[in-house]
Amino acid sequence: MIRIPFIYNLRSMTVRWSSTLVAVLGIAGVVAVFLATLSMARGFRETMKSSGAEDNALVLRGGATSEIMSFLPLEHARIVGDAAGVAHDVDGNPLMSIEVVMGLPLTRRDTGQKNNVLMRGVSQQALAVHDTIKVIQGRFFKPGLAELVVGKSISTAYKDLHLGGTISFSGQTWTVVGIFDAGGTSAESAIWCDANLLNQAFKRRLDVFQSVTVKLGSPEAFSRFKDTLTSDPRLYVKVERESTYYENQSKGLTTLIKALGFLVAFVMGIGAVFAALNTMYASVSARASEIATLRALGFSGRNVIMSFLLESMSIALLGGILGSFIILPLNGFAASTFSMSTFSQVAFAFMITPDLMVQGLVFALVMGFFGGLFPAVHAARQSIAGTLRGM
Amino acid sequence: MVKIDGSGNDDSLITISSLDKQYQRGTETITVLTGLNLDIGKGEFVAFMGPSGSGKTTLLNLIGGLDKPTSGNIIVDGKEITAMSGKDLAAWRARQVGFVFQMFNLIPVLTAFQNVELPLLLTGLSKKQRRAQVETAMALVGLGDRMMHYPRQLSGGQEQRVAIARAIVTDPTFLLCDEPTGDLDRDSGNEILEIVERLSSEHNKTVLMVTHDPEAAQRARAVLHLDKGILQEAAGGVS
Repeated sequence: MIRIPFIYNLRSMTVRWSSTLVAVLGIAGVVAVFLATLSMARGFRETMKSSGAEDNALVLRGGATSEIMSFLPLEHARIVGDAAGVAHDVDGNPLMSIEVVMGLPLTRRDTGQKNNVLMRGVSQQALAVHDTIKVIQGRFFKPGLAELVVGKSISTAYKDLHLGGTISFSGQTWTVVGIFDAGGTSAESAIWCDANLLNQAFKRRLDVFQSVTVKLGSPEAFSRFKDTLTSDPRLYVKVERESTYYENQSKGLTTLIKALGFLVAFVMGIGAVFAALNTMYASVSARASEIATLRALGFSGRNVIMSFLLESMSIALLGGILGSFIILPLNGFAASTFSMSTFSQVAFAFMITPDLMVQGLVFALVMGFFGGLFPAVHAARQSIAGTLRGM
Repeated sequence: MVKIDGSGNDDSLITISSLDKQYQRGTETITVLTGLNLDIGKGEFVAFMGPSGSGKTTLLNLIGGLDKPTSGNIIVDGKEITAMSGKDLAAWRARQVGFVFQMFNLIPVLTAFQNVELPLLLTGLSKKQRRAQVETAMALVGLGDRMMHYPRQLSGGQEQRVAIARAIVTDPTFLLCDEPTGDLDRDSGNEILEIVERLSSEHNKTVLMVTHDPEAAQRARAVLHLDKGILQEAAGGVS
């Protein structure tokens, strides 16, 4: 079907390079914005999803949709630890961390503004339960002491969160004794301390916590564990795999980012399609006699349509490639956002993956198709005799 | 054999009967051709003359399948082209017709070689076969050494020779030349006419040429006059 040589389109594009460039840049801009939002949503989702382990279970109060809305009495937490399926340490103690969370306003280094940072009170066994988390500098906090262990991604982002730094809240001075790495997951955006001490400091009830995370014997042990707890008449709890919990926590925000991203890209895309339309109509009109000549030589209307569609889609593809390259430096760029599930900031990195880039190029080609279709049909429908006469 | 009385016989390459062509301009109907009959035998070289607006180019466009008549029909080599669909007509043009235009109509962004090769892209020929045919056509118009030149690097006469090479490269049944010398100086024009004449006499091509120039028309074996859409034999009759 593509009988008119592509070299004809290529050279025509370079002859009218300035209008070609405008169309290329227009599409590049749209693809860049499109990819930026998609990579943001992707980065956030991956950060949240990998925050949870397959063989960990999170127990909340029944009906709670996030830790912050949950509360669990200590006696219930102990029942959870005794349930079937929970792994034990060498001394026979269940691997569990009884936790409380709250947001603490701290000052950012870059803006000087205060943002909520997630404070997580945990048990001494927390590192055995959250086994992807490693203390990379300093040490773990000692029970009963006002000591903090800070996630790597916020230790540099906030004032006084470096190793040895001190911050004050609730009338106490807390010292940073360790920095931990959580492999870039959302856990790195938290500060850990003794759960009992945190309850004390904020004058909460000492026998009420918010969640229990347990390490299971294996990922397969989850359903047995869940069944045991949900059928226990003494308890009213919600049991989720930790990975599922974090993935669900990210859904609202990723959906919002994506929806906004698509909306912005769609509106900008319409603009870019008009720029492409304009370029192609101008090109068709400037080449009317060439088109009529090609038709006279025997090229069919369909040949002409294919040729001009190919041309506009090539322009769009160039724009798509350019847009992808413009946005590539954003890959791995650290950002943070407010998480609705913990009311605190979560650090994440933009994630530009090959499949997102393919989506960007497909989007560019769609714009190129619609930008070229009407001018191409217009080109093919011109009267040959009329155009040749009018020259 | 060229006849304008509708009495043509089975040997005609082109048979035109009762051809009418009208254009609509707003509410006004403009009649360009009226009840035109014409028979042209194979190998003829016919020149059409007449004042501007007499319908010469319209007639040529109709014979070349670039336009459709209001009524009447045109049969070329046994096929009624006036009944063909746009798609079939395009395919028919590619095989049967070579066009030479007043303004040469070369594609400016393609080299002479690529311009001449264009019609061959619609055939099933291999790249090698196409190259051989382009080289033959370019040699025939005396431009074997200008194949990689772009139209802007050629003189008007050379451009028209490239256009002729493009018209003959597929070995079409007939050539339609619309004022082929109209945009050229006398010397270049003569060169072009010599090539056209040679195509007719040596290669037995059927040539239909529209011209304003009586000297150019003299080279044809038959001259027809069009006036107000009606065909007339030139003084001295048609051969």
